[in-house]
Amino acid sequence: MNPAVIILKALIFPGLLFTAVLGLVTSWVDRFVTARVQMRVGPPFLQPFYDVAKLMIKETCVPAGGSTWLFLGAPLVGLSGVTLGALVVWSALLFGGRGFSGDVIVALYVLTLPAVGVILGSFASRNPLASLGGSREMKLLLSYELPLALAVLVPVMQSYAAVQSIRLADMATQLPVASVSGVLALVVAILCMQAKLTLVPFDAPEAETELTGGAYMEYSGPPLGLFKLTRAMMLVTMPLFLVTVFCGGLDVADGVLPALLGLLKVLGLVVVIVLIRNTAPRVRTDQAVRFFWGPVTLVALVAVGLGMMGL
Amino acid sequence: MSFAVQALTRSLNVFHLAGSACNNCDIEILDALTPRYDLERFGIVLVGSIRHADVLLLSGVFNKKSAIRLQHLYEQAPKPVVVVAIGACACAGCMFRESYNWYGKISDYIPIDAYVPGCPPKPEAMIAAVAKLIAKLRGS
Ligand code: SF4
Repeated sequence: MNPAVIILKALIFPGLLFTAVLGLVTSWVDRFVTARVQMRVGPPFLQPFYDVAKLMIKETCVPAGGSTWLFLGAPLVGLSGVTLGALVVWSALLFGGRGFSGDVIVALYVLTLPAVGVILGSFASRNPLASLGGSREMKLLLSYELPLALAVLVPVMQSYAAVQSIRLADMATQLPVASVSGVLALVVAILCMQAKLTLVPFDAPEAETELTGGAYMEYSGPPLGLFKLTRAMMLVTMPLFLVTVFCGGLDVADGVLPALLGLLKVLGLVVVIVLIRNTAPRVRTDQAVRFFWGPVTLVALVAVGLGMMGL
Repeated sequence: MSFAVQALTRSLNVFHLAGSACNNCDIEILDALTPRYDLERFGIVLVGSIRHADVLLLSGVFNKKSAIRLQHLYEQAPKPVVVVAIGACACAGCMFRESYNWYGKISDYIPIDAYVPGCPPKPEAMIAAVAKLIAKLRGS
């Protein structure tokens, strides 16, 4: 492929710009549903756009004694990770089954980069509360990655059994969620997604009330804006990824109506995690680790076992 | 109206500093942020770190020690930032004005953009102040 086309795809459609706009809209959905749960009116539709635009014109403070280049580079790590992940998933969905064997593993891999960016940035800021947030993020990352990988293994096995392929584009033609193992794996994956997006009950790395912003504490201006953008993009990319591997993708090839129905599936997952975040209290880091390595991994293993038996 | 002012006035993140207030002003500030008044409609949210703030809310009287902290905090805030004094204490010292630990007017050591008098001021008064502040920033 022409390199210019690849760069255009990465930066505009369906990469950075497209996913960013979609992510900011999704984060409005998040805030709107939250407001409605709390019986409020909620922010205007363009609020997330104003928030990011405002941060772009604010001053950037770099903490004295911290590592300047790592501090300023960390948001870019996260942003590039989520852009790559979104690019892989969207290419499989939009461009008539493009992709390569095992792109599901690549997507899973690069979608951990935002968390790595947060960890790097928090340690580079030389703020004790921020490093505390960073170390919590690290523990959380270690705890949810194992069950998430196990959960994704279920649709991978089913897709390989059915069409001898583990490309995302082919996995999107299957419907693992119609089987018992698929349902179990989807539940596990939703819980892992909740932790990956560091939403309540797994928001210990930010912990507004005790760490006052935690990992992001020292960030201001454009770098904070990039972090916010990364979070918003993750908020749409993760549900999109789950819909692709578990719920049969977006059906873009079948026309506009099925594609819109597919987007409704993504929206449904977003609303589910927003409702979880509004009705659960925050758990401690050790509780989260025990939860993910204990019951959640166990359920994931059961799902893999059932999947092997073809259930 | 410039894009910068437009973006800033539509997304005000508030950091609240209580300088030994009697706590009534703080409670009224929290009141203004509850679902009943729902300030998120105007993009106003409370943040935990001064680095994320666009508005610094002050309540209470500042003494010799906390005034230095306030100055530090003001310097740590990413500019542009606006400072709002909430309550008679922060505006003029209230009944602590004659006391031994009164450190002088806040506006002597950091610039203040808006005063909200009252002991404590009602949430409506704070919202009115914010509306006036936004009008001032937009220059209308
Ligand atoms: S202004 Fe009144 S209510 Fe507010 S802190 Fe001072 S004494 Fe308390």
